Amino acid sequence: MILSIVDSTLLLGSIGTVAAGVLFLVSKRFYVYEDPMIAEVEEVLPAANCGGCGFPGCKAFAESLVKSDDISDLFCPVGGNDVMKEVSVLLGKEVAEKDPTVAVVLCQGACEVRPKTSLFQGPQSCAISALVFGGETDCQYGCLGFGDCVDVCDFDAMHMDEETGLPVIDSDKCTSCGACVKACPREIIELRPKNKRDLKVFVGCLNQDKAGIAKKACSVACIGCAKCEDICPKDAVIMKDNLAYIDPLVCTLCRKCVEVCPTHSIIETNFPPKKVRVKKQENPPQAQA
Amino acid sequence: MLKTFPKGGIHPTENKITATKAINRLPVPKVVYVPIAQHIGIPSEIIVDRKDSVEIGQVIAKSGGYVSSNIHSPVAGTVTKLDMMVDSSGYKTQCIVIRTDQKNEANFQEPEFPLKREITMGQKEILQHITDSGIVGLGGATFPSHVKLDLKNDNKVDCLIINGVECEPYLTADHRLMLERADEIVVGIQILMHALHIHEAVIGIENNKKDAIKVLKKAAAIDKRIKVAALRVKYPQGSEKQLIKSILKREVPKGGLPMDVGVIVHNVGTVFAIYQAVQHDRPLIERVVTVTGKRLEKPSNFWVKIGTPIKDLVEAVGGIPEGTRKVVNGGPMMGKALKSTDVPVTKGTSGILVISEEEASRQESKPCIRCSNCVFVCPMGLEPQLLMNLSEKGFYEKARAEDILTCIECGSCSYVCPSHRPLLDYIRFGKSIVKKLETAKN
Amino acid sequence: MADGRIIISASPHVHSDRTSKRVMYDVLIALVPAFVISLYVFGLPALVLTSVAVISCIVFEAAIQKYLLKTEVTVSDGSALITGVLLAFNLPSSLPIWMIIVGSFVAIGIAKLSFGGLGNNIFNPALVGRVFLLVSFPAQMTYWPTPFENNMNMVDAVAGETTLGIIKEGLLYGETMTTLASQIPSVTDLLFGFTSGSAGEMSALALMLGGVYMLARKVITWHIPITILVTMGVMTGIFWLADPEQYANPMIHLLSGGAVLGAFYMATDLVTSPMTKKGMVIFAIGIAVITVVIRLFGAYPEGISFAILIMNAFVPLINSYFKPRRFGSKIKAKIV
Repeated sequence: MILSIVDSTLLLGSIGTVAAGVLFLVSKRFYVYEDPMIAEVEEVLPAANCGGCGFPGCKAFAESLVKSDDISDLFCPVGGNDVMKEVSVLLGKEVAEKDPTVAVVLCQGACEVRPKTSLFQGPQSCAISALVFGGETDCQYGCLGFGDCVDVCDFDAMHMDEETGLPVIDSDKCTSCGACVKACPREIIELRPKNKRDLKVFVGCLNQDKAGIAKKACSVACIGCAKCEDICPKDAVIMKDNLAYIDPLVCTLCRKCVEVCPTHSIIETNFPPKKVRVKKQENPPQAQA
Repeated sequence: MLKTFPKGGIHPTENKITATKAINRLPVPKVVYVPIAQHIGIPSEIIVDRKDSVEIGQVIAKSGGYVSSNIHSPVAGTVTKLDMMVDSSGYKTQCIVIRTDQKNEANFQEPEFPLKREITMGQKEILQHITDSGIVGLGGATFPSHVKLDLKNDNKVDCLIINGVECEPYLTADHRLMLERADEIVVGIQILMHALHIHEAVIGIENNKKDAIKVLKKAAAIDKRIKVAALRVKYPQGSEKQLIKSILKREVPKGGLPMDVGVIVHNVGTVFAIYQAVQHDRPLIERVVTVTGKRLEKPSNFWVKIGTPIKDLVEAVGGIPEGTRKVVNGGPMMGKALKSTDVPVTKGTSGILVISEEEASRQESKPCIRCSNCVFVCPMGLEPQLLMNLSEKGFYEKARAEDILTCIECGSCSYVCPSHRPLLDYIRFGKSIVKKLETAKN
Repeated sequence: MADGRIIISASPHVHSDRTSKRVMYDVLIALVPAFVISLYVFGLPALVLTSVAVISCIVFEAAIQKYLLKTEVTVSDGSALITGVLLAFNLPSSLPIWMIIVGSFVAIGIAKLSFGGLGNNIFNPALVGRVFLLVSFPAQMTYWPTPFENNMNMVDAVAGETTLGIIKEGLLYGETMTTLASQIPSVTDLLFGFTSGSAGEMSALALMLGGVYMLARKVITWHIPITILVTMGVMTGIFWLADPEQYANPMIHLLSGGAVLGAFYMATDLVTSPMTKKGMVIFAIGIAVITVVIRLFGAYPEGISFAILIMNAFVPLINSYFKPRRFGSKIKAKIV
């Protein structure tokens, strides 16, 4: 009895010792040196692993930050300037400073204003339906409505509005990682600068058709009338292919264009309700969804 | 035992309801819409302007590069506008809109082309004529023909295969053409053989077109070099690679072209167009289109001017029947569903298929039961269910390693899947991404 | 979405009239002859066994999907029905009802649904159920009712023995095939199924009839069943030729036990068999070899259930090694 206890203890013990020895040797033999800085930098990063920086995960980004000499073109959109500053302190390298951005949807073609003329059968995915045709509506530039962007959002910042059939972005949750921008086959999602109160003025349309055709497909389409271009005091409106685009870096958020747009395709967001005057500008804001 | 390709393939219900209907000429439409991207490759460049008046057969858009093609005016009339129009791809492309001149008699004269057997042109001249006449593969792929005929020195081609298979259900355009224009087709083959110095030609026809086989055998009797091969009925035999395997037992290597095994394949429609271009100097401005569907009043085959709105064709057969839910440009296996009938006929339109509600609806996709039917029917030896899973989950590198790019998109896998899984939808999507990644790499 | 909007979808725009449901019902039709023989031979208990197995399989699938997994209930696809019938066919008809229910639970709940339901299970559910019962309740699972003795409860039943059981035990106690010959049922009895055994496995003829139907309906291909039977015949034949006193002849091996049922119905299960024809042949050879080894040298008289389950585990590996030949491969492409 005793003997068998001793035997088994010895046997198991020796197996354990041999295994430990093998493990030790292997770990020595195959040791890969890793700069401890990488772990430190990774600690600072938000650990979202969203790929917004262009690398497959935070670890790869940290590696690249540590290894490359010039990191001024690397940026973590999720962490923003704060995180990049910490990285800069850690590594002693210059980092870029970028204004915070937020994703916006450049399409207002809700079911009501943009009637569906056909029905897609097949996998309910924007990317797959885009291979077959221009979309269920007559506008081939706007939202396809199957929510590929929502599927790729890692931050729960997007959802499909059931009534309008369009994606909605929660600006507070959006980290501007850009996953949705890449996922959208129509490229209707844009990253625009985010100011303190998240005030934005932009053209919510990408329709390049001529006025009549665009209007027929969607009642809130930009018809390229250039009224906004005429009224803009700062030349922030760029007209191209029957379509207006407001350059966010030039725009002063005066919202004159919002008023003159005949199809209401220019969107303003988060401006306080009427009466309250926005700094510098004297025009009363016009409420518009 | 009739010849066929060994691996895979399916037997969809043929439904060739228009096989006995002679080809009629469709009245010249009032307005034609000619898209500039009717072929694979670079779109043509428009060389006319608004208000220009054009003659029949005048070049209105010239070839935009090597893999491109001229486009000719199908009617005499006036260019009213250059506009963006939805074409059969489902997207808008540049179109030349021409109003037919109702007073110009050339529009309404039945073109008479007596059979001309004698080949007077030299090799270079023939190829130049084919290039200038805007001839593209009329089987549906619309690959510019002159590119196929432009042999490089290291390509030794010893056999010309003429594709009269028409394996798509419903379609009968090639079938009718073979019956009615057998002699012209034979002369067209002789022209090609002459131009390419080939001494062997085989016309491949599936055995469900016994009459066409008979007629062509008779017509080809004048030339010993031309043979007619009756093939066992099996879809997708009309695919180039499968056809070469069926007739010559040669296998086009992965990623290769028929030229690599010494073969050139042309569709019978293309051969007829080449005959007209070379012998009668007539560019490609019309083609045979089958307008068909179970519910149509009088499904027919038509000679149609390129650019005719599909609306006109459907009206000519009695209009869209009630309960129609789908209009397909092409056959039911590989055709494209159209969003509206305003879309014009292009060089690649071999048929218009009108499908009713019951037939049109896809059934709900169920879980894969791993029955392997898709693997058995794939003519390319692929594993569709695996490729679908890889595309769906985003393993594009793995999908490339599993030869996703060799898929010919015949749709046999989706056709047989008992669980109604959208196999080809995902494979096509995976292919597009893999291609994109490859171009990004290069 | 039933408004009149025009439908856009990618090609193909037609579909064959084959559906999963039809595949499943074809399998069921193919099982009818064997079921009829089973009823004829074992009477009421066979009916009770089959209906209990079918009903409990369906109930378990529906209940687990509805209350535990909270997913769509998919019993209408017929797969649970088939699992129930196949499970019943693999059990002795004298089995207590509660054991049948336990077997159904293991088959559906553990072997099928915990892997993700139809199409995702690695092992054949019915066989997992059977093997679970076999190792948990060996006494009851090897207590075979004698043909034509319609006794509902086990105590009164006259215990019979399966052909393979007789051989195994006999040889173990030093008898030879010659001395055992009188105890072994005749080939005709084996063909028609007038012998002891699991409810559905006895009549080779009825099972083959169903198998031919499935082949004709293209539910299965010949590769798995024929390869299994041929390999088994060849292997047992070699042993029999070497020593006819110690090894039964191939005819007995092929017609007795679960060979035919396993070859045509269990191994060909679409979900748990390989996807390519090459793979199917390898899979089938593996099953046959393991079965014969268990039958001749193992502790159990019959081993096809174990053999199939073992080979099921290799299916993913077989699938990734035995690919169909790609069109145009092995020829070097000349890039023009």
